[in-house]
Amino acid sequence: MTLEESRAAYWKANLRLLAILLTIWFVVSFGFGILLSQPLNAFSLGGYPLGFWFAQQGSIYTFIVLIFVYAWRMNVLDRKFDVHED
Amino acid sequence: MDLQTLSFLVVGATFVLYIGIAIWAKAGSTSEFYVAGKGVNPILNGMATAADWMSAASFISMAGLIAFLGFTGGAYLMGWTGGYVLMALLLAPYLRKFGKFTVPEFIGDRFYSKTARIVAVISLLVISITYVIGQMRGVGIAFSNILEMDLTVGLVSGMVVVFIYAVFGGMKGITYTQIAQYVIMIFAYTVPAVFISLTLTGHAFPQIGLGSTLVGEDTQLLQALDQTLMDLGFAAYTSITGMSLMNMFLLTLALMIGTAGLPHVIIRFFTVPRVRDARKSAGFALVFIGILYTTAPAVGAMAMYNFINTVQPGPVGEPQGNVVIDERPDWMVRWEQTGLLEFEDKNEDDRLQYYNDQNEEFAEMAREDYGWEGNEFTKIDRDIMVLANPQIAGLPNWVIALVAAGGIAAALSTAAGLLLAISSSISHDLMKGVITPGISERAELLSGRIAMAAAILLAGYLGLNPPGFAAEVVALAFGLAAASLFPVLMMGIFVKKMNREGAIAGMLVGLGATLLYIFLFKGWFFLPGTNMFPDTAEYWLFGINPTGFGVIGAILNFIAAFLVMKVTKAPPEHIQHLVEDVRVPRVGTS
Repeated sequence: MTLEESRAAYWKANLRLLAILLTIWFVVSFGFGILLSQPLNAFSLGGYPLGFWFAQQGSIYTFIVLIFVYAWRMNVLDRKFDVHED
Repeated sequence: MDLQTLSFLVVGATFVLYIGIAIWAKAGSTSEFYVAGKGVNPILNGMATAADWMSAASFISMAGLIAFLGFTGGAYLMGWTGGYVLMALLLAPYLRKFGKFTVPEFIGDRFYSKTARIVAVISLLVISITYVIGQMRGVGIAFSNILEMDLTVGLVSGMVVVFIYAVFGGMKGITYTQIAQYVIMIFAYTVPAVFISLTLTGHAFPQIGLGSTLVGEDTQLLQALDQTLMDLGFAAYTSITGMSLMNMFLLTLALMIGTAGLPHVIIRFFTVPRVRDARKSAGFALVFIGILYTTAPAVGAMAMYNFINTVQPGPVGEPQGNVVIDERPDWMVRWEQTGLLEFEDKNEDDRLQYYNDQNEEFAEMAREDYGWEGNEFTKIDRDIMVLANPQIAGLPNWVIALVAAGGIAAALSTAAGLLLAISSSISHDLMKGVITPGISERAELLSGRIAMAAAILLAGYLGLNPPGFAAEVVALAFGLAAASLFPVLMMGIFVKKMNREGAIAGMLVGLGATLLYIFLFKGWFFLPGTNMFPDTAEYWLFGINPTGFGVIGAILNFIAAFLVMKVTKAPPEHIQHLVEDVRVPRVGTS
């Protein structure tokens, strides 16, 4: 693989990861927390109606996990394509 | 010791701490002044970012906002945290890789244009200055309402402290004070919340308490709150109230995109050593922010529950059900003195009634069956939901003093970050970049300090003479950030062929359209009475609230940029190489 092809493959893998993570980001907040909140409220998590929980708690926890997963996966990609620092 | 003296000691001690840090962390070079020498530990930077980000609005106002909105208040929680996902995944690591000092500098270099850089500086100044007004107001609230001290004295002493650590320490001084401010702020926020949660639900974690049953009962807290509100003619707490789902959707998105485009937050990620540190640091920033943001909805709901049960301890409708005015708790008396809480005994029964008199059917029934002549709370400032919390929970005076110190820490830490973004864009982008490129490093550092001092004076002046539109403008700053900076930053990284003409057109269209829409409903340059349409839902374009319009501005920015890009020349070869280099953490082979 030439350097250029390797760069292109790295970027493609990066975009794929972004697509997956941003889909989850959207579905959890805009989907579960807003658009689907009313039907989800039929279920509950402890004393929380589920849609309400996503809007005021769950989406924030999900966001935190998403960023750490991103950092972890990108570090793996960096090494795989030999563009890591140090 | 009385509250006044104790507050003075606690707030004074925090100020001494900030000044001590300033002396320890004096900036000696432009790199230290702008980006703390790029040597900040990523976890500590996460903490500093959390303080940078969480403003007086997050600390003082957000829980109250949620308390009165209920479910739809989630827009603020998701919007102000979800933006970090965008910033962490789409901007921060790449801008750190670029490795320069300011956000307009990236835009100027990437789009090989001084015009683009100047347009970016203008956007940055509009966003940051409007935002800083809100922080000064926050310092004022903390001093005059919590500490009952003179506003001018409080504001001036706050400014002197910021002056010392921001002018001398630059980003280095600001970073280490922000870390201290985060610790003070989070302690001050969570201590009262934990006690209230324990009292109401028996759970120490408010995040769990909010989803639990009340102490000694089988009823869930949220169910009880829903029921109480409905008994008083309000909509249920967990139902859609306050705004439509569409506006909740748009507001959330506008706040997210706006958050991701805020320059004073982005530059925090320039201070860590490596790209991988920037990614990690964004995660930790959101952990530290999340501690407050997952506590806030519990604070809001529990404060609302406490408030209603204080006013309405007995069954709704029974003559003995409401609190007797002469027996109302001390915290009410105290907040009446500050003017944040006002009541009027409309039906002259010597008791207080709080209910929804805008609900005509319920108000009619309450008049006939209960003898209620209208909601007797003529003013409830939303901020008291946080400010009065320690007293409602019966906590000792030192906690009240701590809440004041926390509010001041939240306001000062954000103000300092904004002031640095303002001064670096003036000394580095305008002076060094455009007006006097030959300037020496020492002269640039001096001009940075002068710009910082001038910005502090301006912020202080605006804090003492707040323009009438101050509170509204802060929310609108997000719309402007969303519509102007975020799209060009993103396209600068992800669209290799995006050129100078496209970027400038995009920024101008996004900023222009959003300002225009805001001015149409809020008045030209916010002058009262100059608005073309009333600011109500039936006049809004497709029912879109001006505060949520940033999303449309951002979309217009993208569209304009792509259209112009299609009909103009592609960027030069070396710019396309620059983009390729920004996309990888390390260039070259090992």
